[in-house]
Amino acid sequence: QDIDGVGPKYHLELVLEDVLHKDSTVNCTAEVLYHLGNTTAPDVQFTIEGEVKNTDEADNMFYNRTKSLEKELVGENIPDSHGNVSPEMEPVHLLAWVASGYVIWQNSTENTNFQLAQIKRVKQVKRSDEHLEFDYTILLHEMVSQEIIPWQMTVLWHPQHGVQVTQDSRQPKHA
Amino acid sequence: MKVLVLLAALVAATAGIETFVGHQVLRIVPTNDEELQKVKELQDLEELQLDFWLAPRGLGHPVDVRVPFPSLQSLKVHLEANGISYSVMIEDVQALVDHERMEMLRSQRQLPLSTNTFDYTTYHNLDEIYAFMDLLVAENPNLVSKLEIGRSTENRPLYVLKFSKGGTNRPAIWIDTGIHSREWVTQASGVWFAKKIVLDHENNKGLASILDKMDIFLEIVTNPDGFAFTHTQNRMWRKTRSRHSGSLCVGVDPNRNWDAGFGGSGASGNSCSETYHGPYANSEPEVKAIVDFVKNHGNIKAFISIHSYSQLLLYPYGYTSTPVPDQKELHEISEKAVAALSSLYGTSYKYGSIITTIYQASGGTIDWTYNQGIKYSFTFELRDTGRYGFLLPANQIVPTAEETWLALQVITQHTLDHLY
Repeated sequence: QDIDGVGPKYHLELVLEDVLHKDSTVNCTAEVLYHLGNTTAPDVQFTIEGEVKNTDEADNMFYNRTKSLEKELVGENIPDSHGNVSPEMEPVHLLAWVASGYVIWQNSTENTNFQLAQIKRVKQVKRSDEHLEFDYTILLHEMVSQEIIPWQMTVLWHPQHGVQVTQDSRQPKHA
Repeated sequence: MKVLVLLAALVAATAGIETFVGHQVLRIVPTNDEELQKVKELQDLEELQLDFWLAPRGLGHPVDVRVPFPSLQSLKVHLEANGISYSVMIEDVQALVDHERMEMLRSQRQLPLSTNTFDYTTYHNLDEIYAFMDLLVAENPNLVSKLEIGRSTENRPLYVLKFSKGGTNRPAIWIDTGIHSREWVTQASGVWFAKKIVLDHENNKGLASILDKMDIFLEIVTNPDGFAFTHTQNRMWRKTRSRHSGSLCVGVDPNRNWDAGFGGSGASGNSCSETYHGPYANSEPEVKAIVDFVKNHGNIKAFISIHSYSQLLLYPYGYTSTPVPDQKELHEISEKAVAALSSLYGTSYKYGSIITTIYQASGGTIDWTYNQGIKYSFTFELRDTGRYGFLLPANQIVPTAEETWLALQVITQHTLDHLY
């Protein structure tokens, strides 16, 4: 549907599948409105039928473990060339997925299709407040142009307060 | 105490065997003084030949003990009788030792001695794959031969395996993997296909009848320069490694370099782009080599080019929205092939023409091969749909190859049944 003067609007009906528990699915309907000129992120409205799995226990375990680390958490190439992610890095990987979802949304147009390809680098930034902070350099794969785009993002997280991307910027591609 | 002496007596006669077959490592966490005391006492029973990896230290500290197979049953009974809980940390110590030895051999990059000891469940580098090819040929000289069809920009040989039961210039099937170097599951699948053909060429009726009338050509590393680069410098490298005068950046997209709608919409004229079509069609030796081979052979009837990722089965065209004359037939074959693929692990694929299913792309491989008269021209995009993308975990190599093989069988069988 094209909305005159605004842009194309899409109505979607989809099924969300829990990546960690494949048999857990939830129905979702969404409306996506792209803005002409592609300078603003598309508007998204959605409703979910049912509930997503509770992850409090795993969240708290990761939170407590990370808060109590003596040295800041660092990592690179997640997954590695062979697709491996170490168990300790799995939550860091999942957090990047969520945060990159925000970055992708903010930069999507009708002609883009982004996927998170890899975490190039991640470094925890110690904070005095209760939040965990991570500085990520990720690689986004844009399917239409086939480009691999490095992107920096600063991510805040707390089990009860959720995820926030406080800063993000596209990085120059190395030759 | 009596029970412990009994335990010791039961195993006293056991001679010391030097392997660890059936040995287990148990973890006990003493939660009170009585438990702690009992665990400490175990240390004194030499006859049990217990090997404490973590000795008792105090309450709450784990005690890890390797228990030889002959002592296992009685020790467990003893612990249970005393209400001491334990968990099995390692079920078979020998299995772990064997696995580690294998990993160490592999990590020293020792070349396997046969295609039977080759590890299909891991990713390999160029040398290893080229060595595999030579082994396969040496083991099956009556079926497999290796052809060099050209050289890459950096002068690496471009090898094609030919599977043939004889004849001269028989109608043939072409399969290529790894044209885009970062799509690692494709080269890995190509290796698996090669072995599969050798394993099945006599006992599998379908494959046997295909090879009775047709030859199969398989190019596993279609872009060896790019592949080497993904191992040494940049895992995400897609293109070739050519430098053309006037170009700021390195490399041409080999799947935009073919002479079909070359340079049109759906490719980039910018050398720094991942979809750079190159200065002219067939500028890339990797592409030219296949073009020359196909033209000289003159009798290829099916052409399948394999990519990842997205889980798609595609037929021409990519450069134009005009449907191919054989659209209906190709669509029906795709439907059957995808159904066969899904039947194995439930992996779901979409299918259709390139332009309607994925995006407009000009100068693509199968657009050219179709226009050459190779009716059964298909492109696969293998697993997954983005969770791991190019970095598909190695444990998915074999399942991916297995399911894809079922789809390939549908296409090749149809080709045999409808030779033209």
